[in-house]
Amino acid sequence: MSFSFLKFRKIPLAWLLLTRQPLRLAVAIAGISFAGILMFMQLGFRDGLFDTSVTIHKLLDADLVLISPRSKSSISMSGFPKRRLIQTLALEDVEKTAPVNLNYLLWRNPESLKTRSILALGFNPSDSLLLDDGFARKAYKLRNPSRVLFDKLSRPEFGPIEEWFLSEKKVETEVAGKRVIVEDLVELGPSFGADGNLITSRETFLRLFPANPPGSIEIGLVKLKKGSDPELISRILNNSLPNDVRVLTKNQFIDFEKDYWKNSTAIGFIFSLGALMGFVVGCVVVYQILYSDVTDHLPEYATLLAMGYRLKSLFFVVAREGFLLALFGYLPAYFSGQVLYSVIRKSTKLPIIMDADKTILIFVLVLVMCMGSAAVAMRKLVDADPAEIF
Amino acid sequence: MVKANKLKTNVKNFKTVSINNLSHFYGKNENKKQVLNDVNLNIDKGELVLLKGPSGCGKTTLLTLIGALRTCQSGDLTVLSNQLNGASRKTRQILRRSIGMIFQGHNLLRCLTAEQNVQMGADLIKGLTYLQRREIARNWLSAVGLEEHHKKLPNDLSGGQKQRVAIARALSANPKLLLADEPTSALDSVTGREIVTLLRKLAKEQNCSVLMVTHDPRISDMADRILNMEDGKIY
Repeated sequence: MSFSFLKFRKIPLAWLLLTRQPLRLAVAIAGISFAGILMFMQLGFRDGLFDTSVTIHKLLDADLVLISPRSKSSISMSGFPKRRLIQTLALEDVEKTAPVNLNYLLWRNPESLKTRSILALGFNPSDSLLLDDGFARKAYKLRNPSRVLFDKLSRPEFGPIEEWFLSEKKVETEVAGKRVIVEDLVELGPSFGADGNLITSRETFLRLFPANPPGSIEIGLVKLKKGSDPELISRILNNSLPNDVRVLTKNQFIDFEKDYWKNSTAIGFIFSLGALMGFVVGCVVVYQILYSDVTDHLPEYATLLAMGYRLKSLFFVVAREGFLLALFGYLPAYFSGQVLYSVIRKSTKLPIIMDADKTILIFVLVLVMCMGSAAVAMRKLVDADPAEIF
Repeated sequence: MVKANKLKTNVKNFKTVSINNLSHFYGKNENKKQVLNDVNLNIDKGELVLLKGPSGCGKTTLLTLIGALRTCQSGDLTVLSNQLNGASRKTRQILRRSIGMIFQGHNLLRCLTAEQNVQMGADLIKGLTYLQRREIARNWLSAVGLEEHHKKLPNDLSGGQKQRVAIARALSANPKLLLADEPTSALDSVTGREIVTLLRKLAKEQNCSVLMVTHDPRISDMADRILNMEDGKIY
């Protein structure tokens, strides 16, 4: 309103057309918000599910990760010679390394005695495996043979391990047909590939899985000295090490896993399709609203044409209506999205967050939806014939 | 009329409207119907001309042709020194800004207040700030005696008040020509006369020509000239 002195300011026709019909506006906003919320939910679930595939990847205490070039994802890891990891120590920037074994082993539910596949990680208890500070104390307990740490966020099908453990009962069961004792609990979280996780020492791991050659590991963690550039070091290592190993930065390792789930499964497609449906619903609602708005006001638009307004300026009125609807509809969708995300986070433990990508992407989609519908509704304006209004 | 025809080359530029041998047809081929037949008409600056005739005689068609709302098919149609036969859409759109129009059904924008409706007319004036244009709108609204009602929506105004707003809107863009189609038909006789008196007064003040189509015999005495139309011809 402080721009009142400006020459280009006109009566805000689009705004008044919308706000002087509050019921229609409310319906429009409800429709657009619904479409927006639907898109937020679908894309939120999609990203959230992809994020769960890397729960463990994110927790690893490493700057660089060595894997076999034949590894495709955490559910199909191949081994590579542990020597390669030791060779990285030749670089001055490398502070320390940690060899890790990873495989799926059969866990027996100590209550129902049924077996189920669990993701097992084997590492040297004196190495640092996870970023978690309290973990070193628990790792110490793995020095005795046949001891494991159980992920308490694992699915309940693995048995009431946490309950038994906390009631100070000794939890004993079989993994791959060999007896193990649950020494403590950790908190990692299930992922796409693994319904549950356990951590043990490499020594125990090799006993549980004797077919694994002792010199072969699935993951090599490399910790760099402070101030080193992980991108640069990974390039140097990739060039100097033989082809039987691949060096990734931690972020590349995370993306490597996510890409597998994005490209090799239907999850991305299913949720994108859901978001597309929200988009289509929104388009239909906005188009209906704008089309009936134009039709209802056709004699008034014709009057404006008769007064000497250009058809183009009437197009702009409809376009502005579309833009305003996009804004009005997006804001409630955004805030409802925030609330629903936090509800879902609490109830499903899926890491659904409102990141900048989704915030912008869905705003753009809502904008395209409204402006596109406005463009189609504009065609009706051509029917406004000023010669017919006398 | 005949006289005007002879003088056309000399005085053409001084006439608000100058029409020679204007014909107009609706439909195509066998359905083709002539609505205007060799119409000749001149309107001087500041003149108020009434156009009478039975319905279907082509009055409204003539009005829409003069108002640059329709393309001219044959004949010579000059409005405010613009030849409209063969004029582009753009020329007609620009010309319409200098022509005020008052409709039978007032045609106010329902979502705008009385003042905003009038300002839609004033907004067409180039080079003025928003506040200046609002000032113009306010002045016109008080000129038609509605300054008290400037915040009201059309639905809250009476028929006569709406027609006053429409007059204010038509005049607010500084037109040189006003076209009115039965502006009193929806009003009772007293209000109708009041409205035309007001229209006449304001138009004379602006030196604005008026062409008014009407059936209303009660306002005949206010015209400078009365034209009768029948079967597409002016007598």
